[in-house]
Amino acid sequence: MRLFDLRVIIAFLFGLYGVVLVVVGLGFTSEDDLRKAEGVNINLWAGIAMVVLAAVFAAWATLRPQFAKTGKG
Amino acid sequence: MRVLAEADLRLDAGPIDYALLVIYFVVVLGIGVMARRSVSSSLDFLLSGRSLPAWVTGLAFISANLGALELMGMTANGAQYGMATVHYYWIGAIPAMVFLGLVMMPFYYGSKVRSVPEFMRRRFGKPAHLVNAISFAVAQILIAGINLFALAVIIDALLGWPLPVSIVVAALVVLAYTTLGGLSAAIYNEVLQFFVIVAALAPITILGLIKVGGWQGIVDKVTDKEQLSAWPATELTGIDNPVWSVIGLVFGLGFVLSFGYWTTNFAEVQRAMSAKSMSAAKRTPIIGAYPKALIPAVIVIPGIIAAVIVPEMAQLKAGDTSSGVVYNNVLPLLMRDLLPNGILGIAITGLLASFMAGVAANVSSFNTVFTYDLWQDYIKKDRPDEYYLRVGRLATVGACVLAIGTAFIAAALGGSNIMDYIQALFSFFNAPLFATFIVGMFWKRMTPTAGWVGLLAGTFTAMFIYAISEPSFGIKWLELPGQGASFLGAGLAFAVDVVVSVAVSLVTRPKPDSELVGLVYSLTPKEDRSHATTGEDAGWYRSPALLGGGVLALTTVLYIIFG
Repeated sequence: MRLFDLRVIIAFLFGLYGVVLVVVGLGFTSEDDLRKAEGVNINLWAGIAMVVLAAVFAAWATLRPQFAKTGKG
Repeated sequence: MRVLAEADLRLDAGPIDYALLVIYFVVVLGIGVMARRSVSSSLDFLLSGRSLPAWVTGLAFISANLGALELMGMTANGAQYGMATVHYYWIGAIPAMVFLGLVMMPFYYGSKVRSVPEFMRRRFGKPAHLVNAISFAVAQILIAGINLFALAVIIDALLGWPLPVSIVVAALVVLAYTTLGGLSAAIYNEVLQFFVIVAALAPITILGLIKVGGWQGIVDKVTDKEQLSAWPATELTGIDNPVWSVIGLVFGLGFVLSFGYWTTNFAEVQRAMSAKSMSAAKRTPIIGAYPKALIPAVIVIPGIIAAVIVPEMAQLKAGDTSSGVVYNNVLPLLMRDLLPNGILGIAITGLLASFMAGVAANVSSFNTVFTYDLWQDYIKKDRPDEYYLRVGRLATVGACVLAIGTAFIAAALGGSNIMDYIQALFSFFNAPLFATFIVGMFWKRMTPTAGWVGLLAGTFTAMFIYAISEPSFGIKWLELPGQGASFLGAGLAFAVDVVVSVAVSLVTRPKPDSELVGLVYSLTPKEDRSHATTGEDAGWYRSPALLGGGVLALTTVLYIIFG
């Protein structure tokens, strides 16, 4: 059975989440938000971490495709 | 002064948080729809056609266990007992997971059985099989219901949705993707869920650490200094003598309870059985062991921090229950106090994802046991495969409907206590099951009669110990607060099962050797137990033994640093 590549889905979801959080972090962070999170712009940092995670999975899926060898998988 | 205790947990979720939640549900359902295309047989549907790579099954293995009860329960234990909670992740999981991979998977995967009960049938015949299959199926439905109920309670507290609405909506989402895509959809979503949960817990932990003043802040502010070290965990075990407490932990939790749970629970083992090769199957629980060893950092630590920085939690810890907060509220309280909108949406998504994955694991293992072990073995034999694929799909629907039913029963009975009893009830099967498996795998003389007699004897022993030690039953022959009673019950159940199995085997007739090939160690040729080391299983870093040794070493180092 040939199932689609999960790494692509992970890259997609976290890429989207990451971009949304970076935008919220850069553009829509109030003083209250900052105070709540101990002065850390947590949306921005979490967003960046998610974009990195997405990039890692995207790179892995590109460099080592799931069905490279025929007959298996 | 707040009047309503529940109102304390209400989160200030905004449009952005709901949007992130909706995106997740769309992806989850999308996985179900896409996975459907590759389902063409019952084995595809119920066991992913044994085609998944080890990293996927390994993360699903750990994620299936990272359900609602686990997440809420272990953060709560962190707040209540401190560092001792790490035992559930380290000694209470890692050795058993490595053992499952290296010692037991060769028989589970090599014999090509499709479920743990099926192994039971081939090794011990029908009586033992029926006991195992029925108890497992019933347990999964009840536990799925408990998970649904827990989910609904938390959605109600966090977002204010009525209980029945959340129960039905969550059940329908799980139903939709598991009926469509079967085990593949469940497993893919479990892996996705793993990352979302970590993405939810990591910011909580980091902000919590900053707020409390780093590790030194924890050391300074935790009032009960014993809670900063994992040993001897006298509070957790309820055993005052430190030496006996450690023995109880190592033998009760580390050996019997943990081996019983991880090596015989089909909801877990099924993930490894769906791997694409013997090597991948062996690596599944071992790959899962690495995140298992590290994840207390974002579960136990936030619990400890919450007991210091959340005012209601600190009050509770000091014995003041007036705020209405209970230890299980650790995560929602931290989310409320630390997370701004945006990342709050991710955290809510992570919590809901964890609850749903728990239900999905129950449902997807139930439908396999129901279809192959009950329907195919006892009701309609020898039908074409499409028939069993249809049965599998219908069993999924049935499981979800029944789970909604048990969730409402749980709600009507007033919640968690009664469900704790049911959880305990089914834990009675694990320790004896492990004893029966391990004796049966290594001693060919063990007879079919010994299989089911030993199992029942062990289970009754566990029930007896529970009955005389559970305070609310009023018998109270044995007084062990904390977890001590369940350690003792499991330990005795294991011992009784072994003794009875050996005794009964000596006076009954064993199966002929020819029927036990692939099921018993001494009768299985070495080639059948070993894995290929070519193609996608090549490379030293894919050696199950090396990976297993690595995670045991990692756990030892963690104990030295944090013990």
